[in-house]
Amino acid sequence: MMILSGDKPRSLVLSVLLAAVFLALAFAPFLFPGSKPLNVAAKICIFALLVASYDLLLGYTGIVSFAHTMFFGIGSYGVALALFNYGPSWTMIVLGVLIALPLAAVLALAIGLFSLRVQAIFFSMVTLAVASAFAVLASQLSWLTGGEDGRSFQVPPALRPGNRLFEGEIFGVALNGRVVSYYLVFVACLVLFLLLLRIVNSPFGRVLLAIRENPFRAEALGYRIVVHRTLANVIAALIAAAAGALNAIWLHYTGPETSLSFSIMLDILVMVVIGGMGTMYGAVLGAALYILAQNYLQALMGSVSSAAASAGLPLVPGLFHPDRWLLWLGILFILSVRFFPTGIVGRLRQRATKA
Amino acid sequence: MAGSSGHSPSSMTTHLETRDLTIRFGGHVAVDSVTCAFRPGELTAIVGPNGAGKTTYFNLISGQLRASAGKVLFNGEDLTRLPASLRARRGLGRAFQLTNLFPNLTVGENIRLAVQATRGVHYEMLRVWSGRSDLITRADAVLGEVALAPRRNVAAAALSHGDQRKLEVGMMLALEPAVFMFDEPTAGMSVDEVPVLLDLIASLKRDRSKIILLVEHKMDVVRSLADRIIVLHNGRLVADGAPAEVIASPIVQEAYLGAAPGKASAA
Ligand SMILES: Nc1ncnc2c1ncn2[C@@H]1O[C@H](COP(=O)(O)OP(=O)(O)O)[C@@H](O)[C@H]1O
Ligand SMILES: [Mg+2]
Repeated sequence: MMILSGDKPRSLVLSVLLAAVFLALAFAPFLFPGSKPLNVAAKICIFALLVASYDLLLGYTGIVSFAHTMFFGIGSYGVALALFNYGPSWTMIVLGVLIALPLAAVLALAIGLFSLRVQAIFFSMVTLAVASAFAVLASQLSWLTGGEDGRSFQVPPALRPGNRLFEGEIFGVALNGRVVSYYLVFVACLVLFLLLLRIVNSPFGRVLLAIRENPFRAEALGYRIVVHRTLANVIAALIAAAAGALNAIWLHYTGPETSLSFSIMLDILVMVVIGGMGTMYGAVLGAALYILAQNYLQALMGSVSSAAASAGLPLVPGLFHPDRWLLWLGILFILSVRFFPTGIVGRLRQRATKA
Repeated sequence: MAGSSGHSPSSMTTHLETRDLTIRFGGHVAVDSVTCAFRPGELTAIVGPNGAGKTTYFNLISGQLRASAGKVLFNGEDLTRLPASLRARRGLGRAFQLTNLFPNLTVGENIRLAVQATRGVHYEMLRVWSGRSDLITRADAVLGEVALAPRRNVAAAALSHGDQRKLEVGMMLALEPAVFMFDEPTAGMSVDEVPVLLDLIASLKRDRSKIILLVEHKMDVVRSLADRIIVLHNGRLVADGAPAEVIASPIVQEAYLGAAPGKASAA
């Protein structure tokens, strides 16, 4: 309970789901051997953290930022460029993080102080503008960033697939650098997620909720809401940058598509809404569900489509053609918002309170 | 505490004052050059018809609105340019006319947020909120004072109107301010709920160090509680004095109380 910050899942189904996701991720290398499942698991870890940090803004503070991928990108590029330019060592990872995190914090502070004292919509517009400018900059400065191609780089030897922790296997799985990398990602994401959970359940976090509920009254009680919102913005940026650094380490690559693109921003929004805003736990479920769908829905549809085709059904094969997967994802999204307006977590907790 | 009327303001006693306080909305002057000083231990009732500028006057004092001209002085400090948050920290407490709560948080959490604000626990991030038993203990005490203890775990939005009014006042009490500003605290309350609030205001009066401002339409309430009445009309301060005197004055009788002069002064 200490570690959960006193914020229990408050629903049996939710507890079971969270435990299932946690166990699946904790033992992913052994439960789902193979490189694709491990990729999916690592992506779920990283996005659960990224989405949780976004929830600090959207769900807890009530402000809409479009710059979250920028901070994710700063973390990614920080580590990527340090490793690319100065060689694959742990020192360079640390250096990349030590450059990226302060940069993210300073930018978030500047954006916050500049725009959060005005209306919330102004903040959203400023984040959109700054993030767009940053994305353009990253692709224009190709001598530094590799432009649209991005940068592929080597990671420290301990994290390379060829590295073996020891000879032999555990449960039939060789403990190579990939597994080590995965656990680095998993543990870092878990620790940072628990830190976020602690922050939202602290006195500071409760003031954020109060500000979301009624900024006017929060101000009248003596809270400086600009300072609170700006601090939340800085914390969210720091965590997003950390998630970005982990993403770069995992992928051995950073480019606009994997760290800065607007489609990642949309993914984050979808995940936080599906999971349930203002709950933190929603980020975990939203990320798990969405990334699983992203990776396996297409394959599932492909098999449905070909099965229907061989059964001679009309229309169905076309409807379930793998190329239509985004359409189905969209339909799933609309249905989930329609039936779970408070997200999965909100819905489960509602049921628990009624029961 | 020293606080007898006529006492000159010193740094030791609470002193609130507005000088030529004015706000214009476009061409409309909602508060017009109001100069008035308030002393500790004194409950001042502010009366006047709807739209007279009473709430706007409060908003100028507690910082929800910025003055177009004039000054707000508190304990010798000019607060005119200060945001509402910093005025609250200086000790200006406000309960709003239109109930103004954190609707999806519980009654207990609403009060606890006020306690937390006044104790300066603004940025503590690594301790668990629900583990701060000092905040909870104090919040429970306030809940008792406004007779909301049994409703502690209900969402503020789910309260009856009367209970919401009590919570509104409870949040101000929790701030432990030096100045209490009540804006029609009993409006819309059922008759049996009113005494709790009136007793509470009366008990605040007994602490001679507090300044209490009360906007109230019910004349019997004003008569029983006020040490002084000021009358606002079209944003101007048109009368100021002891209750009997102000209530009996022709201008109040005719324009604001709508009662026959004999009746009011006899009461
Ligand atoms: N924010 C505002 N913008 C424009 N006009 C306002 C605003 N606030 C108050 N007013 C006007 O100022 C006048 C005084 O209102 P108010 O202080 O609420 O009166 P009272 O509390 O005495 O009933 C009214 O005419 C009201 O319409
Ligand atoms: Mg009013």
